[in-house]
Amino acid sequence: MTEPMEKINRRKLLIGGAAGAALPVVHGLVPHPGVHQALEGASAATHGGAAATHGGASAVHGGGNGGPTFKQGEVVDHAANGFNPTDMLRDFDYGKTTRLPSGRVLREWTLIAADKEIEVAPGVMYPAWTYNGRVPGPTLRAKEGELLRIRFVNGSEHPHTIHFHGLHPSEMDGVPGLGAGLIDPGGETTYEFNAEPFGLHLYHCHAGPLAEHIARGLYGAFIIDPKEGRPEADEMMMMMNGFNTNFDAEGNQIYAVNTVAFHYVNEPVAVERDKPVRIYLVNILEYDPINSFHVHGNFFNHFPTGTSLTPIEFTDTIIQGQAQRAVLEMCFPYSGDFMFHAHKSEFAELGWMGFFRVGGGATAQAAAPAAFCSLPDGNQVNG
Amino acid sequence: MEASTQAPPRTPPPTGPPPPPSRMAGVPVWVLAVVPLALIGVAIAAFALLGGPGLDERRGPPVEELAVERTVLRPGEIELTLRNTGPDPVSVAQVAVADSFVTFSEEPDSEVGRLETQTVTLDYPWQEGSPYAIFILTSTGATIDHEIDVAVETPETGASFYGLMTILGTYVGVIPVLLGMLFMPLLRRVSRSWLTVFMAFTIGLLGFLAIDGYLAGSEIGAAAGGAFGGVELLFLGAALAFLVLTGIDRKLKAGVAKGKSEGAAGFRLSLMIAIGIGLHNMGEGLAIGSAYAIGELALGAFLVIGFAIHNTTEGLAIVAPLAKDRETPMLRLVALGMIAGAPAILGAIIGASIYNQELATFLLGIGVGAIIQVIVQLSPAIRDDQGRALNPLSVMGIVAGIALMYLTGLLVSV
Repeated sequence: MTEPMEKINRRKLLIGGAAGAALPVVHGLVPHPGVHQALEGASAATHGGAAATHGGASAVHGGGNGGPTFKQGEVVDHAANGFNPTDMLRDFDYGKTTRLPSGRVLREWTLIAADKEIEVAPGVMYPAWTYNGRVPGPTLRAKEGELLRIRFVNGSEHPHTIHFHGLHPSEMDGVPGLGAGLIDPGGETTYEFNAEPFGLHLYHCHAGPLAEHIARGLYGAFIIDPKEGRPEADEMMMMMNGFNTNFDAEGNQIYAVNTVAFHYVNEPVAVERDKPVRIYLVNILEYDPINSFHVHGNFFNHFPTGTSLTPIEFTDTIIQGQAQRAVLEMCFPYSGDFMFHAHKSEFAELGWMGFFRVGGGATAQAAAPAAFCSLPDGNQVNG
Repeated sequence: MEASTQAPPRTPPPTGPPPPPSRMAGVPVWVLAVVPLALIGVAIAAFALLGGPGLDERRGPPVEELAVERTVLRPGEIELTLRNTGPDPVSVAQVAVADSFVTFSEEPDSEVGRLETQTVTLDYPWQEGSPYAIFILTSTGATIDHEIDVAVETPETGASFYGLMTILGTYVGVIPVLLGMLFMPLLRRVSRSWLTVFMAFTIGLLGFLAIDGYLAGSEIGAAAGGAFGGVELLFLGAALAFLVLTGIDRKLKAGVAKGKSEGAAGFRLSLMIAIGIGLHNMGEGLAIGSAYAIGELALGAFLVIGFAIHNTTEGLAIVAPLAKDRETPMLRLVALGMIAGAPAILGAIIGASIYNQELATFLLGIGVGAIIQVIVQLSPAIRDDQGRALNPLSVMGIVAGIALMYLTGLLVSV
């Protein structure tokens, strides 16, 4: 009997009628370059192959209920970017080594800062600041106890530094006001310190405003191997990052591993069944408090910061705050495609999602020997 | 005696040389129009070709603006009609719904130039009743945000849809106005004082509608995309309606003067009121139609009853000037009712099918201008013996008109 007396203001309705046509005035930060011109190139061919091999999965990833995706058929032009996340995975930069009179190894790198526009999602350009023209910068890799020397040349239009995580003197800390301090455009300096402690670290620019200098892309992984080394494995570096493309400093529009969103959906990470895989995982994400890593159909040993050779847990999901990092060791007992993504679903659906493509192993899985993938602590993935 | 004093020398009147015969005298008039136009065209073309010599490009990055003009929801699909309201071309790179990137198609599949439109169809399993935040990522990484307050499937525009809108417009527009006109026999019998009160009542009622229309229009205009203007469209519509209706009124008046019939004068006033109210009811129909399209309209008896009470008063306003006439043909009365009520049908159809904020602002402006014109028309009718428009009787009527509109407005859910 009582009809709900909905009071809707006529005015409000008329505005609502256009569903509140939002029209923010936004200022794009860079002129629009023709980014689609090279799609017929190598990357398009690669994508075509990946899409074809993805078979059933690509049908699943058609958007809608099939999950998040970019506009179908569009890929990033890696050639124009100058780096490909697939290659970046296993691209470890050992620098140039010489032996000091004492017999100790001196390892040297040159890092050059440069401003560069990169495509972080198909058709979306981001005015990045880079080390050596890539985001993340090169994965520097040394051995515990070596003497490290990093020449830094600032080819950017802005003052920068390199701040390394690790043990070093104050003047080698790469922050404004200490040692060489800020390196002005055109200037250079050399950072020198011992490689310690072993583990997975990172380096990044520490010029102010810090958040922007990190968010723009001035960071990279810094691996110090233990003296005795780690067991043989298929190693790869994954930098969890994101891009606040509208520069509002409120979260990010694009989330990724190694910069290009959904890249490993288009080009799954190829690994072998029953072969140990070691992931050097770093979270550098700015403007969001946490990030996470989750793998499907598998578990991994978790070595936080990689500073111990004993894992703290056997899990399939970890959470990291900014600058937290971990060495993950796992084996894939089944061949096929396995998703990995941030188990912060929002990040996953905004680009931080990919696949492992586990190949090899012509034999049936069920009969696999128990010791096929023994990890350092004796924890057997295949149980 | 000789006049020895000499008058001061007078300066001759500044006649100047007589104007020489115009050298253009022999040139046909159309040439005088075409030549400057051609020269202006050449100058603009040269300026455009040379890229504005001496002027730099704009300082700063490109300004990217996209207005979402229309949102259509179909099962598993969200269609956005975008218009570039900024100075620079915009290229839609990716689109996320509720923080999830989606695949989509673009029509046309190219960048959107200034004032051009593009239709983007998103593949997304939206749920009825949920709000959705959409962001469009342009090629430069800029974001255009768009909110869907409540997701409801957009009605298909077919025969049944137009039928429904016609019924709705008839219920809330035509029928109430015609019902209100049933007071005419009463008005015929009342004294002159009471008639003044009724006319003043009509003015109060119209004043309420004018302010209501102005507030609605300025709010919608402020929220409009801006490519074709915002609130100024309200004033443009109002000025246009006022001037055109004044022109029509003068024309009618001239005709009446010839006929010298008092009854014709009353009918003329009624016609003007009917037109004014009709244009206002078009705005009302617009609100109802667009509310229906986005699923915010609770259709049902309550809506119709509310409007019936609210708009019945409008019918009363139309017949008030006819009270002094001896006889008004029934057909004329029905015609007046249709003029005042039927635009609600048109408004409902426009509102539910091609809703656009700029158009809504302009139409509301027309309603406001029309009503103001009618108020100007009516005001002589409420003067007392001393020629005062605001006398005790008229003030009573105006206040009653405003109060009744306010109170019946509370009953209307739209």
